[in-house]
Amino acid sequence: MAEVRYEAASRIYPGSEIPAVNKLDLDISNGELLVLVGPSGSGKSTALRMLAGLETVNEGSIHINDVDVTLKPPQDRDIAMVFQNYALYPSMTVGENMGFALKQAKVPKEERAAQVREAARILDLEPYLDRKPKNLSGGQRQRVAMGRAIVRSPQVFLMDEPLSNLDAKLRVQTRTELADLQARLGTTMVYVTHDQVEAMTMGHRVAVLKDGILQQVASPRELYRRPKNRFVAGFIGSPAMNLLDVDRTDGQFRIAGTTIELTDEMKAAASAVEGTTFGVGVRPEHLKFTSDGSGMAGEVVVVEALGSESFLHVKVQHEGRDELLVVHEAGDTDFGRGDNVTIAVTGPVHVFAPDGDSV
Amino acid sequence: MAMFTRAPKAEPILGQNRVVHHLLSLLTWIIGLLFFFPLFWLTLNGFKEESVANGDPVLFFDPTLDRFSEVTEANAGLLSFAEAFGNSFWIVLASTALAMVLAVPAAYALAIRPMRKWRDVLFFFISTKFLPIVGIIMPIWIIARDLNLLGTRTVLIVLYTAMNLPLAVWMLRSFFAEVPKELIEAAQIDGCSLMGQIRQVILPIVAPGLAATALLCVIFAWNEFFFAVQLNPTGASTIPVWVNSQQKFQGQFLAGLSAASVLATLPVVIAGWFAQKRMIRGLAMGAIK
Repeated sequence: MAEVRYEAASRIYPGSEIPAVNKLDLDISNGELLVLVGPSGSGKSTALRMLAGLETVNEGSIHINDVDVTLKPPQDRDIAMVFQNYALYPSMTVGENMGFALKQAKVPKEERAAQVREAARILDLEPYLDRKPKNLSGGQRQRVAMGRAIVRSPQVFLMDEPLSNLDAKLRVQTRTELADLQARLGTTMVYVTHDQVEAMTMGHRVAVLKDGILQQVASPRELYRRPKNRFVAGFIGSPAMNLLDVDRTDGQFRIAGTTIELTDEMKAAASAVEGTTFGVGVRPEHLKFTSDGSGMAGEVVVVEALGSESFLHVKVQHEGRDELLVVHEAGDTDFGRGDNVTIAVTGPVHVFAPDGDSV
Repeated sequence: MAMFTRAPKAEPILGQNRVVHHLLSLLTWIIGLLFFFPLFWLTLNGFKEESVANGDPVLFFDPTLDRFSEVTEANAGLLSFAEAFGNSFWIVLASTALAMVLAVPAAYALAIRPMRKWRDVLFFFISTKFLPIVGIIMPIWIIARDLNLLGTRTVLIVLYTAMNLPLAVWMLRSFFAEVPKELIEAAQIDGCSLMGQIRQVILPIVAPGLAATALLCVIFAWNEFFFAVQLNPTGASTIPVWVNSQQKFQGQFLAGLSAASVLATLPVVIAGWFAQKRMIRGLAMGAIK
């Protein structure tokens, strides 16, 4: 059980000018599952490895339970980590792999065996304790890596894209199992992924990173509803939010010639911001086709029918250029490629200032 | 050295590549047999009478073990087979063990925690092999004499260790570099000390590489002749020197020499035979992922 705190923690790789992680401030509370998410090169893995002690913290500090661990080696931090490729010791059996940390901590053999058996029971690994990692499937290896982490009852679990080597179906299944396991154990977990769906479904809170800078940290719902900037808006949500550059004319924003209605607060907030080119975003589920011919006119170019729902890509003429809008429809939509349609906005609109921040 | 590995059943090859494929197979066999022939002839000669061996080449003859018993008989005042074998055994064992003990930490440092300019260090190791040994035998001989090491096993153990060390460091470095970085990090997080990481995590993974490296050290040390004959021509000398001593200044000695050569080759062939599986895996490590 532990709280984790990053205080203006930076990592600058030798020979590089730009920090991989730039003055990260982050508080993770006891028992929380915090997901670090971002595109590749965003510094999310580096941030995790800094907490693990595998990466030097060049500036700032990191605390676990109010103890400054910035300069402590990994073995003194009481953490357990699951790696993307699992990093199981190939020469040891499953049982030896799981008991390795306890063995290093000089835990007596019987006690060790009991703890390994208990972890194996939780993870359905009991029949495999005497096997070598190479004789296990990918999903089993992943569970052994998990087992190696939970056997130790560490202060913090660190997960570095632990599901990315599994196939899609197993990934979804393991995702829920992992979240459930974390909830049952109540151990603080920091989880790194590039997959925003994983982040949204697992995280109590999600921290979005880009270019080593923390963009926003909030609950999945908050991130989805109130993205702080254009990057978060585009990154969170699948399919992504429709985000267009819109020139402000007469204090109005028009997409494909149609004026977008804003709340009074947003109008006031937007009018306080200088500049002409704003970002205007609408999520696919907040667009719908109209039957009376009002709204933005366009042509359906792609239909993605997923069964329970469909996403239609509609080409519209916006400020003299072609833009694609994605519209969410029911699974049994009647629209097809080539149909001329008109679109209305039914839900909240996001407006981003020229510098990318939400107004 | 004979080394076979069972290849998977060949896929059928289509079109004109087939001709090229078969020609290459044929060429491979021819080259293989060319390499094997001298050993074959050597072995055959070892079982002949001197007169037969020195006459026109024949394939069929009455085989005899007399040459083997002759060359292994101890002659007063000369280096005997038993002595030479004993010397070789201990010198090879000690020098290989020393080379490995020294090379493992060096390889760890170069592969896993490279310091600044590690490439230069690596190059320095191999550069010691550039010098022709004949060019430095005089100072080595003088140093050995001043240290009272001439005619001892110790001098050969030291020299063979030094001779094999660059090779061992280079080979082990490439094996160590194959160890996934995450495994070492996982061991660190699991609370493993540096020695524990090397002993419990890294060495089991690179075991085939260790075996391959050790075997090559054994072979080079076993076969070394120049140092042995210069620094140790008598009592404490090794099998190659003993083989050389089977050359007589008069009379016929070809069959005897062949028998001696077979005896000298045998341990290496046997070691290679037992180690071939590991060794091929070791040498191929890195190629296969």
